[in-house]
Amino acid sequence: MDMKVAKKKLGLKEKYRTMTRDLGWEPSYHSKDELFPYVGYEGIKIHDWDKWEDPFRLTMDAYWKYQAEKERKFYAIIDAHAQNNGHLNLTDARYLSALKIFLQAISPGEYAAHRGFARVGREFPGVGPQVACQMQAIDEIRHAQTQVHAMSNYNRYYNGFHAFADQRDRIWYTSVARSFFDDSMSAGPFEFMIAIGFSFEYVLTNLLFVPFMSGAAYNGDMATVTFGFSAQSDEARHMTLGLEVIKFILEQDPDNLPIVQNWIDKWFWRGFRVLGLVSTMMDYMLPKRVMSWREAWEIYGVENGGALFKDLARYGITPPKGWDDAGKAIDHMSHQFMLGLYQWSFGTAFHAWIPSDDDMRWLSAKYPDTFDTYYRPRWEHIKKMAAAGTPFKNYGLAKLCQTCQLPCVFTEPDDPTLTCHRETDYKEHKYHFCSDGCQHVFENEPEKYIQAWLPMPQLFQDPVNGDLGEWMKWVSLLDGKDNGDYADSEDKKNFEVWRGLATTNQ
Amino acid sequence: MAVAAIKDYIATPRDRVENFHGKQLVYVSWDRHLLFAAPFLLCLPPETPFAELVKGPLSMLVQPDPDAAAIDWTAVEWLKSNQPWTPDFDASLAANGIGHKDQIRFRTPGLNSLAPAA
Repeated sequence: MDMKVAKKKLGLKEKYRTMTRDLGWEPSYHSKDELFPYVGYEGIKIHDWDKWEDPFRLTMDAYWKYQAEKERKFYAIIDAHAQNNGHLNLTDARYLSALKIFLQAISPGEYAAHRGFARVGREFPGVGPQVACQMQAIDEIRHAQTQVHAMSNYNRYYNGFHAFADQRDRIWYTSVARSFFDDSMSAGPFEFMIAIGFSFEYVLTNLLFVPFMSGAAYNGDMATVTFGFSAQSDEARHMTLGLEVIKFILEQDPDNLPIVQNWIDKWFWRGFRVLGLVSTMMDYMLPKRVMSWREAWEIYGVENGGALFKDLARYGITPPKGWDDAGKAIDHMSHQFMLGLYQWSFGTAFHAWIPSDDDMRWLSAKYPDTFDTYYRPRWEHIKKMAAAGTPFKNYGLAKLCQTCQLPCVFTEPDDPTLTCHRETDYKEHKYHFCSDGCQHVFENEPEKYIQAWLPMPQLFQDPVNGDLGEWMKWVSLLDGKDNGDYADSEDKKNFEVWRGLATTNQ
Repeated sequence: MAVAAIKDYIATPRDRVENFHGKQLVYVSWDRHLLFAAPFLLCLPPETPFAELVKGPLSMLVQPDPDAAAIDWTAVEWLKSNQPWTPDFDASLAANGIGHKDQIRFRTPGLNSLAPAA
């Protein structure tokens, strides 16, 4: 007699169904509305959560296996990097400024993304997005951890790495990235997905990762390159999720289109402003440059972004409202922002410097329409001031934008010689912006942005009350070590001495 | 609605004037002088005479610009909230109508050492 033997293993399809979709159930003690109270107030209508596609069909057990394998490889290389004085293989210690900004401003963003995805994984009623968001939440906390570990080796030798968590909360330039993530985390679950899942992970991620990961490879930083490889397969999954979510929302109900378009407009512009920091790294901070900010924008913004919005046009989506203004800013933003970072470098936990003659030649070649006309005269003047023993420091501090929290360094879209001044009154208070894009974001939800914690006005309130020395203590900035011009820094001196010991017989 | 929220939501502005212990913020910028990367943020008592703002912090802050010594403060063109405006140098900020977080700008036609030739 034939006995039917029970199969020991589930097939891939069965396993996927059992371990994801079968985890959902119809509640009987509470209504769905009580279980998922935040899914309706943004106005997005979803009729059938089962229509959600899971492009990777990844189950949790397989996820753990892949991630564990990547961790083993990652930490083996990080150990080797530490044991072999990998830091001396850098092109130059100027490179570390880019890394310090990444650690202070972007790694905490990974952690914020972890919290955000963990939250929306709970708030969405569908099992498909719940599982995908759970995996992404774990990815993001892993990225934050592995970045901290990859860079901790530099903290043994160099300044500016030691207080990244305090600085994430208190120093001024980090509030740009922080407010970006706080804005998304305090939005509803659908807006969070468009902000982080779509705009950040899909539209802008290449513009962030190319300078950092390729920049690391070009400049001999094996630790950060290894992190990049370890994160790459996760990023592919995140990008797919980001694209899936927008298509899913748009296919569910035509009423969703204007809401989604408004979020795309907002989060494109907010993301573009965060990238202001990145543009300075590509054009100024990497000793061995990968490509200019303008070239990166051509590839990842104009070509890839253009193709994406063409693809989304069938749902009625149009390119983001700030797209044209962004295009006009490309040849100016890195120069305008780097001038700021240099003149306020007494207040940064990384070093800035005056570009060398070689650097300026490169900038002229990459920005033939703007650098020599507008920016070289300012750098030449700053160079003269430094040579005269009176280096340029701007103690005036800066007006910050109420929305993006960057100093208002940007000019009118059609006049690069005039600062863009924008202001509005709301409930008898005055608010200032760096651009029309940021003003629009504010005017859509003023009650949200009037609470912005702006680090410059904060400096004149409790507990610092305008005392710059107290402020430095409060933000854990070691004056004379972490800040100032690279030319006079301990980092420069030490790197040159150590590299000399490693490569010569002196 | 002023914010997308699950119920009525009223926030408190973070930079209210009472947080500045008797002082207020004033933003000042020098048009077309972009050696200074952003408008200056000053924190002063509202009783400060306008002349003192100009002779004190403002004159000191603009020093690094090669045009600074040539500024004729009596001939400067002023704007407040982006509109032409004439300050009374002897009156206080408050008497000049310069409120908390107001932006004033000034123009010095003819002075443009670091600006591109027109």
